[in-house]
Amino acid sequence: MYKVKKSPWVLHYDGSSCNGCDIEVLACLTPVYDAERFGIVNTGDPMQADILLITGGINSQNEAVVKQLYDQMPRPKVVVAVGVCACTGGIFKDCYNILGGADKVIPVDIYVPGCAARPQAIIDGIVQAVELFEKRLEKHKAYVKKEKEA
Amino acid sequence: MSSTLIKIICIVCYIVFAPFVGGLLDGIDRKISARMQRRVGPPLLQPFYDVGKLFNKQVISVTKSQGFLLLSYLLFIVLTGAMFFAGTDILLCVFVLSTAAMFLYFASCVTSSPYSTIGASRELIQMIAYEPAVLMTCVGFYLVRGSFEISSIASTKVSNIVFLPGVFVAFVFILTIKMRKSPFDISTAHHAHQEIVKGITSEMGARNLAFFTVTEWYENVFLLSMVGLFIINKNPWSIPGAFAVVALVYFVEILIDNCSARIKYFTMLKLTWVISLALAGSNIWILMLIRK
Repeated sequence: MYKVKKSPWVLHYDGSSCNGCDIEVLACLTPVYDAERFGIVNTGDPMQADILLITGGINSQNEAVVKQLYDQMPRPKVVVAVGVCACTGGIFKDCYNILGGADKVIPVDIYVPGCAARPQAIIDGIVQAVELFEKRLEKHKAYVKKEKEA
Repeated sequence: MSSTLIKIICIVCYIVFAPFVGGLLDGIDRKISARMQRRVGPPLLQPFYDVGKLFNKQVISVTKSQGFLLLSYLLFIVLTGAMFFAGTDILLCVFVLSTAAMFLYFASCVTSSPYSTIGASRELIQMIAYEPAVLMTCVGFYLVRGSFEISSIASTKVSNIVFLPGVFVAFVFILTIKMRKSPFDISTAHHAHQEIVKGITSEMGARNLAFFTVTEWYENVFLLSMVGLFIINKNPWSIPGAFAVVALVYFVEILIDNCSARIKYFTMLKLTWVISLALAGSNIWILMLIRK
């Protein structure tokens, strides 16, 4: 009875965002957009999360943090970069402390552009992430099976 | 012989159906909460989807003993419920329940994560807060019926709540702590962010969290049955009555959850003890006077 598609738990990490995208991420949970109707839960715990939502670019200080958060998440997992800063570094790209988008540190699967990204776009990004998540789960299961046999 | 058979049927029914009932109740909770906040809310079966997913994820745990401790937690909660539905000693049920809570405490302590440890110590404070009211409930039943046997408590002529109104209110009050509802959700919360991440469940992921959730469902069914015990009597018509009261109590818990903010642990401790002593304590005191 696994309906993985119906239960994506999201971990939201704020890189060096201007908080514009963060407010839009939270707006997804408000009564207007109500992301919970898709089973989306905004959890604060990487060990319980399926989807890592990153807003803002990566700087030299949070590089290690993002890596650790990614490592703490159990497989299968999907990373969504929300907002143009998380995708490429955005207008902060040339700043001395910015390394670039989230994909400089961890593998990003879905890019949600926008400054700030609209809630509709974020929810669409998560829905796409869920599709990917399901595919990865099949792979993960095959991997576990293989590991057990070995 | 037939009574033994009925007991066995009751136990098996509890073990098999309690997770489904508990999960459904959880789903109803989330749906009603969402409607209270003017949202559509997740599907009714959402808790089952969540647990199903958790069982399929990669297991990461800091220490291997955590899985064992959580399984012990599950086992002892199931044992509590099974003893309750077998109609045995209510005092023993309550003690086994406390033992189960202790395993949960250890399961989150072994990880040595600061969030998890703070959550665990808060869980202990919660135990200190609710335990007097739970014990007084047992004592109240004893004073009314002259027995701790649940089968005897359940077969009264008049519902126990008539003699134990104060104890009933105190028990419903501490139910808020047991069900981890606001304003007493200090060790872990069902809602999103908390100052200590996920508190006691911070280091539980995948299968371990699934075990924890299923145990909560078992526990909720047991606790709501305790509420039903106040209503149930010899008359078979009291059974639908008990269900109605349980549903009402559950709704009140959801309402309290949605219209209150989390409070500090010490306020919780004071508030709970004052309510327990004032309502349950005075109720028991009056009962003792009448018995003389």
